[in-house]
Amino acid sequence: MSMNRTGRPTAPVVTAHEGFASLTDGRGLLQSERLIFEKKDYTRTGVDFADIEIAADDLSGLLREEDMGLPGLTEPEAIRHYVRLSQYNHAIDLALYPLGSCTMKHNPRLNEKMARLTGLGDIHPLQPVSTVQGAIQLMDVLARWLKTLTGMPAVALSPKAGAHGELCGLLAIKAAHEASGQGHRRTVLVPKSAHGTNPATAAFVGYSVREIGQTADGRVDIADLKARLSDDVAAIMLTNPNTCGLFERDIIAIADIIHAAGGYFYCDGANFNAIVGRVRPGDLGVDAMHINLHKTFSTPHGGGGPGAGPVVLSEALAAFAPAPWVVSGADGFDLLEHGEGESAANFGRMCAFHGQMGMYIRALTYMLSHGADGLRQVSGDAVLNANYIKASLSDLMSVPFPDGPCMHEALFDDKWLEGTGVTTLDFAKAMIDEGFHPMTMYFPLVVHGAMLIEPTETESKTELDRFITALRALAEDAVKPSNDKTRFTAAPHLAPTKRLDETRAARFPRLVW
Amino acid sequence: MRYLPLNDADRAQMLETIGVASVDDLFVDVPESARLSTPVDLPPFAGELEVEAQMAALAAKNLSPSQAAFFVGAGAYRHHIPATVDHIIQRSEYLTSYTPYQPEIAQGTLQVLFEFQTQVARLTGMSVANASLYDGSTAAAEGVLMAARVTKRNKAVLSGGLHPHYRETVETLAHAVGIETEALTPAIDAEADTLSHIGPDTACVVVQTPNVFGTATDLTKIAEATQAAGALLIVVVTEVMSLGLLKSPAEMGADVVAAEGQSIGVPLSYGGPYVGLFAAKDKYLRQMPGRLCGETVDANGERGFVLTLSTREQHIRREKATSNICTNSGLCALAFSIHLSLLGQTGLKRVAKINYQKAHDLKDALSAIDGVEVLTPRFFNEFTLKLPKSADQIVEALAAKGVLGGVPFSRLHRGEGYENWLIVAATETNTEADQAQFVAALTEVLA
Repeated sequence: MSMNRTGRPTAPVVTAHEGFASLTDGRGLLQSERLIFEKKDYTRTGVDFADIEIAADDLSGLLREEDMGLPGLTEPEAIRHYVRLSQYNHAIDLALYPLGSCTMKHNPRLNEKMARLTGLGDIHPLQPVSTVQGAIQLMDVLARWLKTLTGMPAVALSPKAGAHGELCGLLAIKAAHEASGQGHRRTVLVPKSAHGTNPATAAFVGYSVREIGQTADGRVDIADLKARLSDDVAAIMLTNPNTCGLFERDIIAIADIIHAAGGYFYCDGANFNAIVGRVRPGDLGVDAMHINLHKTFSTPHGGGGPGAGPVVLSEALAAFAPAPWVVSGADGFDLLEHGEGESAANFGRMCAFHGQMGMYIRALTYMLSHGADGLRQVSGDAVLNANYIKASLSDLMSVPFPDGPCMHEALFDDKWLEGTGVTTLDFAKAMIDEGFHPMTMYFPLVVHGAMLIEPTETESKTELDRFITALRALAEDAVKPSNDKTRFTAAPHLAPTKRLDETRAARFPRLVW
Repeated sequence: MRYLPLNDADRAQMLETIGVASVDDLFVDVPESARLSTPVDLPPFAGELEVEAQMAALAAKNLSPSQAAFFVGAGAYRHHIPATVDHIIQRSEYLTSYTPYQPEIAQGTLQVLFEFQTQVARLTGMSVANASLYDGSTAAAEGVLMAARVTKRNKAVLSGGLHPHYRETVETLAHAVGIETEALTPAIDAEADTLSHIGPDTACVVVQTPNVFGTATDLTKIAEATQAAGALLIVVVTEVMSLGLLKSPAEMGADVVAAEGQSIGVPLSYGGPYVGLFAAKDKYLRQMPGRLCGETVDANGERGFVLTLSTREQHIRREKATSNICTNSGLCALAFSIHLSLLGQTGLKRVAKINYQKAHDLKDALSAIDGVEVLTPRFFNEFTLKLPKSADQIVEALAAKGVLGGVPFSRLHRGEGYENWLIVAATETNTEADQAQFVAALTEVLA
């Protein structure tokens, strides 16, 4: 045994202990953490404010007497609580996060720093406009970048997320039809491969949804599109590159067809990262498109938001944009917050105040950092990375649309898993044990057992190769003749938590403690 | 380019694996006429140093509250946020994770959401809450839509005390889905006016307390009348710090609470991102919009959390979904939850009382100025003044003296008779010096 002079062993002696269990249910340094409510301590607080006496004469009968049941934590307890919980999360900062259609790219920390500048992060939306000229100018500069990158003449900044942007775009389309006596147009054409938000948004504004078919190579079926046109068509909603990760080759023809039929072309901009700096949607005939700032322009996903979904608009729709509008004149910048002058046709307001300023700051910081050349490199590298993954896995995993390159995401189906006893879900969960977040699965709906992999441009070749090695090893194991597939069917084995019972959660909902 | 790890050697190797000669060859499906051969007409890439300088120059053109005596509210409030909040929300595991669709590796986010829902339910007194919506105004709109689904009726009555931006947001969404709205005339004590407008076709009544003018109202009678007519009472709260002092909406009979949570944990940030709170009575659970996090067990029988009841949502139900919402306001919900965990009910009550006192001291001081009339009869931390001149001009004149003195109601609502109304808020962040500066400046401006 090696030991130092005081007798402390300096090399391991016993190397394995089968079936080890800790004495107090510990999991090593991964700390389990109870709910803050379980202590039922309502007296503590982590803020030091004086407990003053107030008269509150004017509020008699309005005061809260009941116990709220809100526990307080001192600062060390709070830090422990949230840091412990954080250990149970996967994040982009830990490894490649290949969620197709979600664009999980690196979030530059400069963005965060800029959003916290006092002059930007700590200003009120209703201060006099003379005191927030820099903020309104920032919105104007952001608008200029978005308009230039998309080749579109106008942008409504205020929508708070992609789906909110879709709603904004469809409301502008609805307002435009109504203004030109075309209010009877109430049908929206949507491909079967669309994001769920597209039909949901169309239905939300009272439009009916008509599905259009897809060709064998994963694109819109033009013949079917033509067959489904009618004089009540208000718009087509199309994602491009589409949700199969393919560019719609006939996109200009599709735009012409829908325009000739009296409808507008709404483009779901979720996949703009594939083409930013290389293709302008305005050149493709698009009338409205939302831009997910949290995808293409790297504002953080934050565990599910907040997002931001500005909508660029064509000349035909620009006048119908919602309040507020940024305008500039000799006296500087101004915000039009009510329908007046040239914005009199606007359809209303998407939300209180002026939208997601904190996200505008981050997105603009990202744009200024990359510049026109850097953004072009972004889309180039994003598409290169996806094609590299596709080329490196397609001998093992089946590709539903193998001809030609993909764009920023590589789509596989589950044909190659047939007869193995392993499903797409099992395969995805097994990725967790190899150190990766699962890809988007079972979407798009048009592909059976879909696995949609979007690496983004911020992955190094080393990380891509590590990912490819892991997926190849898993794929080879999945198809190996064997009766024991528990590596997959019981996966994840090494995650902090085993597979969870979602049926039970829905059947016996417990949403508060 | 500091954010792009590939170099030309990497790219060459990868192109060889793919079997194409250049990156441009990967864009062959783009119609040739639409392929740009050169970068668009925007500036080239810039280092951190240059970008920081550009952004700092924009920031420097704004007058921030830290440089002024600050009394602006009307739906967004400046409260002290403990340092812990911003530290935690910048942790990679929260900042750079996605929606917790893979619960095995997202229990951190999910437990936070479950705690958030519980906190929102307890704060409002309601039995269930969702995992947040975009903001208070869209939460109010979603509440109206939900009420129409529940009652199968088609008309919403909107109180004149409702924040005009909220009214417009509700109108925009409600009209889009074919719900009629009746917006009542703005008035200081407007909530009771709704009583005479409730009818057999009313789906919901939307009231706000404290309302846009700061007035706090006991809604019990309105709740009774609304429910007697088979409609839902939606209570909007834009200043949630008030719930530390005022009766909860549930105690007054609310069916739905739609609130802006910004006051707890979220910086002003020129209006967004904020966090919408949405809470309701248990029986409306399956009609609620937005994400819900629920408790369950894992394969070993241990407690865990998942997103649940997603059969209401767009990615499952598509055109039959209860709402088209896809995101929540995750990181802001986390900030809210951390701040409220630090406060606890003990801290919340203390901050609320300080807010009350600061605002009432300010009211006393301002009402002593010649020509200044206080309109709001009972309030938490915000009240409305009637000034002898246009409030618009007065706030500009005050700003020139380093005082951000409130929000002219005419900025929010274009209607006759409100030109001289100024909405003024005070919070725990205001000092006696701020108050003295405001009083002196307003005295001078009105002299």
